[in-house]
Amino acid sequence: MHADKRSREFYILAIFFGLFVLFLYGPLTTIFILSFQGPSGGLTFPMNGVSVHWFANLFEQQAVGDFGGSFRRSMILGLMTTTITVIVSLLAGLAFRRKFKGSTFLFYLAISSLVVPSILISLGIGLFFQVLGIRPAWWSSGLGAHLTWTLPFGVLIMFAVFNRFSPAYEEAARDLGATPWQTFRFVVLPMIAPSLIGVGLFGFTLSYDEFARTLMTAGTFNTLPLEIYGMTTNVTTPVLYALGTVTTVFSFLIILLALTAIIIVGRRRARIG
Amino acid sequence: MKTKAMAAIAAEETVLGTETGIAPGKTKRRRAHRVSALASYIQATPLAVILGLFLLLPILTIGMVSFWDYDSVRIYPDFVTFNYTETLGSWVTWKTYLNTLKFTAIVWFLTMVIGFWVAYFLAFHIRSATMQMILFLVCTVPFLTSNIIRMISWVPFLGRNGLINSSLIELGIVPKPLEFLLFSEFAVVLAMVHLYTLFMVTPIFNTLMRIDRSLIEAARDAGASGFQVLTNVIIPLAKPGIAIGSIFVVTLVMGDFITARFMSGGQSASVGLMMANQISLLQYPAAAANAVILLIVVLLIVAAILRVVDIRKEL
Repeated sequence: MHADKRSREFYILAIFFGLFVLFLYGPLTTIFILSFQGPSGGLTFPMNGVSVHWFANLFEQQAVGDFGGSFRRSMILGLMTTTITVIVSLLAGLAFRRKFKGSTFLFYLAISSLVVPSILISLGIGLFFQVLGIRPAWWSSGLGAHLTWTLPFGVLIMFAVFNRFSPAYEEAARDLGATPWQTFRFVVLPMIAPSLIGVGLFGFTLSYDEFARTLMTAGTFNTLPLEIYGMTTNVTTPVLYALGTVTTVFSFLIILLALTAIIIVGRRRARIG
Repeated sequence: MKTKAMAAIAAEETVLGTETGIAPGKTKRRRAHRVSALASYIQATPLAVILGLFLLLPILTIGMVSFWDYDSVRIYPDFVTFNYTETLGSWVTWKTYLNTLKFTAIVWFLTMVIGFWVAYFLAFHIRSATMQMILFLVCTVPFLTSNIIRMISWVPFLGRNGLINSSLIELGIVPKPLEFLLFSEFAVVLAMVHLYTLFMVTPIFNTLMRIDRSLIEAARDAGASGFQVLTNVIIPLAKPGIAIGSIFVVTLVMGDFITARFMSGGQSASVGLMMANQISLLQYPAAAANAVILLIVVLLIVAAILRVVDIRKEL
């Protein structure tokens, strides 16, 4: 009876889901294919031969502005954001396990960081620095702007993790004579390691692709998304797609790396545990 | 007022906690409790400092600068209200807000319907947990790639000589390329749905996964049809997830300017775009006044959503 009912609804929804996935990945696949356009090809189909001409073009300084420099800045900024996000979220997650004065306010502050429109954060930090007379730069105001976007996600993930975390393990460790540091280092940390990798993945990818919050906070030098946005207005060759392909492949590699790390940590834990 | 009341409650709870802590009459425990409370403060400090410096103070700065004066070169500390009266007195502002609200309503509706069915399919029709995880990741991965690249990727589809136009012409459905595909409000909505549906899928999937399956069995045993199970059991229980997704989508669309600028080719207006233009003209106080109004509107919408649905259980 159940299987009977499933078949119709299941197939309709499966087709719907398939179309949704096509909708998500179709455009990305198209620019991936078009980035191998021949040297005389344009921004749309048909393909005028197949070449890596536009990828080579990407690494010539004049063609696309400062691709190398902006990529390097985005990388460094992403790594800085990731490190701070992981550490601060972990500490905040530990803090929120107990109720303390102002915990509700701090929690709502973190949530509101997600709700406040990005352009407001960008404008606010830009003005704040201007009023203080500090010159905005990608590694100061830009970093702060990115943290307002990545930290709430990190805090929410850690919040969810510790909500489901049984204190029995820590009690057992304490009963066996472990110091608080030992309990944290050898009991708590290994158990939450996969979630921390997840927080790091979010931190890096959100920062690496962030645009709206960086707009007024990056200062003189562009991050990669700002550079790409600048290109959209004056570059009309498939080099734009080549850049899209390179950055997307890079994002995919980061995701793959994080997932592999999570699986390896999980396996190792399963073997020991 | 409200924060004070909250702090008072929190303080009371700490006191109560301490008192239950010393029930066996040991001062050692009391000290341990005080030490752990101190640890909480130390652990929470980095988050509080960062959010204070880069969220709270900047928003207060916007509030302050919105009363400042400006000319074409710089801004001056002052207390003037014309930034507000000019913004609120201009019919362009009202039209822009209406247009933004229209976009918000359309995108909210579309992402909610699509997001709900995608999450429903994943939660109730995929039986194996591994497959569920894989398909969920398939939905999540594009969210972790660049928004701008995802917008650019619509160009070869929607352009004058793009895939859709050339296939329509080849099939003889239209005689000449459709102009409304790219650089139009249609393109803006399409790109926003493309960018933001995942913000609906994730929270709804999360709530659907937590629904006790025996409730559905019980409803079926009581004679409910599939449709009745959906409307009387699943949707009411999925409301918190739908509310969280709605908050995400509404705030993202209300504050958007890059999608509106890129996908409409500058033909469409949005509040974010209006602000971005004022910023590029260095009219910071005007942009700040606009930002304050936008923030109030967004917070009112969020408060309205929270009034209808209680999401606290989800946190």
